[in-house]
Amino acid sequence: MDLAEMETFYDVMRRQGITRRSFMKYCSLTAAALGLSPSFVPKIAHAMENKPRTPVIWVHGLECTCCSESFIRSAHPLAKDVVLSMISLDYDDTLMAAAGHQAEAALQDTIEKYKGNYILAVEGNPPLNEDGMFCIIGGKPFVDQLRHAAEHAKAVISWGACASYGCVQAAKPNPTRATPVHKVITDKPIIKVPGCPPIAEVMTGVITYMLTFDRLPELDRQGRPAMFYSQRIHDKCYRRPHFDAGQFVEQWDDDNARKGYCLYKMGCKGPTTYNACATTRWNGGVSFPIQSGHGCIGCSEDGFWDQGSFYDRVTDLTQFGVEANADEVGLAAAGVVGGAVAAHAAVSALKNAQRKSQKSKTREEA
Amino acid sequence: MSNSTEYSPLVDADDDDIATASRQTSIYVYEAPVRLWHWLNALAILVLCITGYLIGSPPPTMIISEAAYQFVFGYIRFAHFAAALMLTVFFLGRIYWAFVGNHHSRQLFYIPFWKGEFWREVWHEVRWYGFMESEPKKYVGHNPLAQLAMFLFFTLGITFMIVTGLALYAEGAGRGSFYDILFGWVTPLLGGNSHVLHTLHHLGMWWIIVFVMIHIYVAIREDIMSRQSIVSTMISGTRSFKDDRP
Repeated sequence: MDLAEMETFYDVMRRQGITRRSFMKYCSLTAAALGLSPSFVPKIAHAMENKPRTPVIWVHGLECTCCSESFIRSAHPLAKDVVLSMISLDYDDTLMAAAGHQAEAALQDTIEKYKGNYILAVEGNPPLNEDGMFCIIGGKPFVDQLRHAAEHAKAVISWGACASYGCVQAAKPNPTRATPVHKVITDKPIIKVPGCPPIAEVMTGVITYMLTFDRLPELDRQGRPAMFYSQRIHDKCYRRPHFDAGQFVEQWDDDNARKGYCLYKMGCKGPTTYNACATTRWNGGVSFPIQSGHGCIGCSEDGFWDQGSFYDRVTDLTQFGVEANADEVGLAAAGVVGGAVAAHAAVSALKNAQRKSQKSKTREEA
Repeated sequence: MSNSTEYSPLVDADDDDIATASRQTSIYVYEAPVRLWHWLNALAILVLCITGYLIGSPPPTMIISEAAYQFVFGYIRFAHFAAALMLTVFFLGRIYWAFVGNHHSRQLFYIPFWKGEFWREVWHEVRWYGFMESEPKKYVGHNPLAQLAMFLFFTLGITFMIVTGLALYAEGAGRGSFYDILFGWVTPLLGGNSHVLHTLHHLGMWWIIVFVMIHIYVAIREDIMSRQSIVSTMISGTRSFKDDRP
């Protein structure tokens, strides 16, 4: 079966009992979610009605499945729609019914059937130490499966902090040498969708964009879709007025915490974290960490496990071998220099006095 | 009581002193733009260190009014950004002056790395600071050790602070902004996490503070102990010498 014979998204949706009216609503919602103008709604509808569904292979390396858990909780569009209608998820060992040899056969079939046309979605990352033996899929190292599946992929999506940056398993000292996907697969376009996990609507939004427009969304310098990762949590945080006012939570159980003041002093990483949490929020727009009273931990940033405490604003530097933050290191350096200056000044004064007395002595003698 | 006919304003001077004072011994070193830049730059650094420290460790919460009508932390950040952009413009002006000013105005921006003589003089200065030389040499501009320290601590330090600072400013200015286009590449270069950039910028502040401490100390010490004027030279622009030995 080639691509032309495949059903379109619209065909599948209609077959599932979705009305034309609901379908158009879905197209409008998707356009809004992607930040597109209403003129794009008919374009999305046209694409959905005419394009064959794009096959997706979803592989799992070293990960915790939180990306999948997030993905299946997407509300707009419903993950069911994405999984069953929009994309043709031909291989996902977590979601698929098949297991064992059947599952591996499905993977091989999909690769061969859609060479150069499928999207490879990677959840987790390959560990490279000991020839990749720390993550075995179907009796082989995951890194082999990843390379094999990526070889004929049209594009690669790196789901989550694991695939994008390495996440907890790549935190220092990274014993298994867990390595982000873009450092293993270097010859394919790669979209990073970081987060631990990424927001469900962000995940489905990225896939919807790729299927509708048949190209990658615009990426930022770090390869993340700009529409979701071009602003910090801080830039759109509803507690931002308290930050600008200088009204902070000083302790977890103080009145300021109850009043919902800014969590900056409690180590909130919102000012250094690029993600859509503050606008899209989680679980169908119910809440996000800061709204529930806890600072952002910066889970969608590179190496967020190695940035010291989640609860400090100025975090400890691990490079100095002792637990000390920039201020403590700087103050120590300034203290040493200050002491040296004082000692040097004292010796200088002594020497000066000594020279003067010698000079007057020689003058007296003369 | 000395005889009034013998009175001279150099009454406490010996023959050496009179010989020195009778010659013209001051040289115009620091031109007006250099001096103006020095003091404005010092002021900007003072503001930047204070506000920068407060941005890392904010003052205790003040509840003056509803958040919408209160902008305490906003003003602290504004002062930091305003002083930072002024420092940047002043520094660019200072670079311009290195091209059009006298040759002393260029000393800040290079070290004569390949000149053996320079390093021998540096070593002499190190020995002078180590109390191993009884007398320093005379220099019209910076002494070689000062030039080396000025280049490493100040010129490179302030360049690092300007680049990292504008990269941080670019984050607030937003993707595609002027600052992002010019300095947005810095964060990915430093590993991609802007928290790292914040930490390095914070450490840079202490680098500058250590420079300022040493700078002020040696300026005063040299003013007292060396054979030339130092502190007043950055006010009047002229370097005067205390003796006329070579």
